[in-house]
Amino acid sequence: MNGEVILKAEGLGISFGGVHAVKAVDFELRAGELRCLIGPNGAGKTTFFRLLSGQHKPTRGTVTFKGQTLTSLLPYQISRLGIGIKTQVPSLFEDMTVAENLELAVPHGVHARDIPHRVAEVLERIGLADLRDRPCAELAHGQRQWVELGQILASRPAVALLDEPAAGMTHIESVKTVEIIRDITRYSAVIVVEHDMDFIRMIGDRVTVFEQGEVIAEGSFQQVAQDPQVRAAYLGRKETTDA
Amino acid sequence: MSRILQTLALLVVLAGGMALPNLVELYTVYEVTVYVVMALLALSLAFIWGKGGIMCLGQASFFGLGAYAYAIAALNFGPGLLAVAIAISVPTLFAAILGYFMFYGRISDIYVGVITLAVSLILMNLVNSTSGPQYRIGAAQLGGFNGITGIPTLAWPNGTPLDPAALFRLSLTLLVGCFAAISLYLRSRAGKVVIAIRENEYRAELLGYNVALSKLVTFSAGGALAGLAGCLFANWGAFVSPTVFALVQSAQIIIWVIVGGRGTLIGPILGCIALQWATTQLGTQQTIQVNLVLGLVLTFFVLVVPAGIAPLLAKCARAVTPSRSRITAKEKQA
Repeated sequence: MNGEVILKAEGLGISFGGVHAVKAVDFELRAGELRCLIGPNGAGKTTFFRLLSGQHKPTRGTVTFKGQTLTSLLPYQISRLGIGIKTQVPSLFEDMTVAENLELAVPHGVHARDIPHRVAEVLERIGLADLRDRPCAELAHGQRQWVELGQILASRPAVALLDEPAAGMTHIESVKTVEIIRDITRYSAVIVVEHDMDFIRMIGDRVTVFEQGEVIAEGSFQQVAQDPQVRAAYLGRKETTDA
Repeated sequence: MSRILQTLALLVVLAGGMALPNLVELYTVYEVTVYVVMALLALSLAFIWGKGGIMCLGQASFFGLGAYAYAIAALNFGPGLLAVAIAISVPTLFAAILGYFMFYGRISDIYVGVITLAVSLILMNLVNSTSGPQYRIGAAQLGGFNGITGIPTLAWPNGTPLDPAALFRLSLTLLVGCFAAISLYLRSRAGKVVIAIRENEYRAELLGYNVALSKLVTFSAGGALAGLAGCLFANWGAFVSPTVFALVQSAQIIIWVIVGGRGTLIGPILGCIALQWATTQLGTQQTIQVNLVLGLVLTFFVLVVPAGIAPLLAKCARAVTPSRSRITAKEKQA
């Protein structure tokens, strides 16, 4: 990894009552990197994602972005620093059109005359140019996911945090989603949270594996796929013992 | 409606309105003036609730503050532009202070509704308890339950008071002007953010928009508009009493907006005028209780036409007018 570290978590953790959902995790993301966070249900990856994005306040540890601490900032301040977020369930402006949803994602610094051009470009990339004037409430689930990814493309953040971008999609839709994520990496370092191993295999980049609120493995997809701890976490202890 | 059509419609309304005092009796002008003033009040709630998603159940607070501020200022400084400026500034500032605590305190929509309603009732009780000679601001005797009488009507720069026709023309011009200004604003990026926050506050925040600040600006602007309406109302009747803060007043504004169409600007204006006209007509007879009829109208619209009059009319217009895309599709098939 050659890029500078732009997002860093040190000893990051959160507890809900007596439950330690995330336990003192250290994590680094470098500029231009595409990182996948995986783990079985309840492993703590989404909670960790929410800590990174400022949706949860940590009970211990810090998150820094380009040296600035994020833990005390509000979501809109985090966004303005250059962190884009795609939520697990598509969260859009339902009665507004696809084009308006993208237009509102273009950051303030972009000149007004360049906004329509950027919106048109994103519409082409997410394949929804024909539906540009359709209200988002009328879109299918996969299309809504793409609009949200399109908002990330339109905003060109330094870091894009994508929570289950292929959830509920067919295989063909997932393939297209991978292409869109690859497009996002042209401008942004990306963290993808996913539990679908097939999808992670398609992305095929560096993977961090969570289990019970801790990082248990990190490396390429092939490396983590062979890791006994990862296999145990995904397939169960008995399977590992038999193997 | 396209921008050109909308501009033309506004100009026609304005031109027709300017000619109206020459065509009808003075009593009608007087009656229609209050419709227009109240339509401005309805527009203020249409903006903050219909477009901004801020559920304000006490819009009458700002209306009443505008009316009282004008009355007090006009009695002390004369019925000029200073009195109007004070009448707009007081409710705007009050809305800004109230809004600051509500939006930066991040309380939920329901509580915004409850707080605004409670504030209007507190103001009513406060003003109600100002009977007695000690409750005086300069030359203005607050008058408690009896209110302030003999409010000077706004005057031209040469000191001549506006006659009823001029007050009607001024009110209509302000209504059309405010409608056009809000429509333009909502087409701008800042205006689209207002609607986006109504649609999905969380997403707006994730895109970097300061939701609390945007809501505060919207709420204060709505307060200013309601204050302007209050100022015109005090001019119209030369009288203001604590009933301007009453629950009935706040409820009426909500009914106008719901019946007219909450997501539109024109709907609440139409709803307000139609319901005021109906209320006036019903008020001339003694058989049916007017508030009961208003309640029934509201129930009917909530159950049968929840979108309101304006969206229903727009839907009907679309149904009878084939759209360009549908025509093109038919041409292709042919």
